Amino acid sequence: MSGPSPAAFSMAPPSRWEEFTEGMWRRNPVFVMVLGMCPTLAVTVSAINSISMGLATTFVLAASCFLVSALRRLIPKEVRIATYIVIIATFVTVVDYAVQAISLDLYEALGAYIQLIVANCLVLGRAEAHAARAAPIPATLNAIGMGLGFTLGLTMIGGVREILGAGAFFGIPLFGPGFQPWVVMVLPPGGFFVMAGWLLLFAVVRRRLAARDAGAVRSAPAANSGACHGA
Amino acid sequence: MNAPAKSPAPAAVQATSTFALLRTLSVVSAICGVIIVVSYLATLDRAKANRRLAAERAVFKVLPDASSVKEYLALPSGEIIPAGGGDPPPGALRFYSAYDAAGRFAGIAAEGAAKGYADLVRVMFGYSESCHCIVGIGVVSMRETPGIGDKILTDKDFLANFKALDVRLKDDLSALANDVKVVKHGVKTQPWQIDAISGATVTSRAVGKGINDAAQLLLPRLVPRLDQLREKS
Repeated sequence: MSGPSPAAFSMAPPSRWEEFTEGMWRRNPVFVMVLGMCPTLAVTVSAINSISMGLATTFVLAASCFLVSALRRLIPKEVRIATYIVIIATFVTVVDYAVQAISLDLYEALGAYIQLIVANCLVLGRAEAHAARAAPIPATLNAIGMGLGFTLGLTMIGGVREILGAGAFFGIPLFGPGFQPWVVMVLPPGGFFVMAGWLLLFAVVRRRLAARDAGAVRSAPAANSGACHGA
Repeated sequence: MNAPAKSPAPAAVQATSTFALLRTLSVVSAICGVIIVVSYLATLDRAKANRRLAAERAVFKVLPDASSVKEYLALPSGEIIPAGGGDPPPGALRFYSAYDAAGRFAGIAAEGAAKGYADLVRVMFGYSESCHCIVGIGVVSMRETPGIGDKILTDKDFLANFKALDVRLKDDLSALANDVKVVKHGVKTQPWQIDAISGATVTSRAVGKGINDAAQLLLPRLVPRLDQLREKS
């Protein structure tokens, strides 16, 4: 994770709204922080899988950040990682049971990636870098925002992959029978292509914007750093 | 003289006592334990019902006459027992006995699995006693390449292999009279052969091997005792 708080360019402590929206856009986990790439690339073959995975991660994030934050004065720093992992693993198990109860098809489609939320760098990163230092309500809001940002990122990738790779969006065929699917888009390389496409688009937009208000010297891409890319 | 007396104090403040560490870990583990158990119990019934429904759907697909299903285990000793909750005994094979709307015995369905191109291909097959043959298959799960390996779901010529795939037993009922074999596209001559999809040979072979392995094990145990299943208990 980058610095201790997003206070790089705000003096006052962040408001609740700022806490909530931080992960949605300014530090979007997928496109800005580039965290949790394993599920991002693996399960985004369709929009519905992406949304489900994103919401599952959001739940784990919010619940574990709440508990970490509520217990933060009790947890000695010597055993904090062990404690966080136990807490995160608990909520991943809860999600695992819940998905099995909701839909077995979805459970099969997401496969091992549900259990692998436990190793998602985003979750432990938020617990360590934010929830451990914030009160429960802001910590939970921030976690929900991050989770929704993650969901948004996943769905943007999954939507494009499904449209190109299967000619459908949320399972609804778009192009009729004449469409020849780009099979590569639903194969692993497609994940990288679409991810790269979005990153390229955002980089171009950011550069345009920066060039436009060159007066205000602001290095927005500075937020783009992370100790644990991948996961 | 003051300095040495003072120095232990900051150290004592910094180091957390062993008791505090243990207490924290115990409290957190207890909280987490309770959460896990509660959510397990809360979702157990729904998850079980989902699994049963999925199995039934798969059985109905491979045995079109079926309208109700019972789950059994075939033990290595040859005994057949109804599958209950809990883990099956080692070596037991799970299968489904299907009945039509009038409650008459409609066939057997069981699952086979073999390694395909990407991962395990799990198939469900339906066995009909009247022709000693497999009368339908369905894919339970697979991760084969879309557009190539997943043709096993849609390819009409391939699915035609499973309208009457011969799995007759030898006279002594110890094994299949002929192994189920996957052959190259277009050279099928025998009713126990499977005509592979050209371009998806690996996945076709996985289907054949999954069926063969499961049938070789299950049918010799089952066929001598089919009468036991005839009555819908």
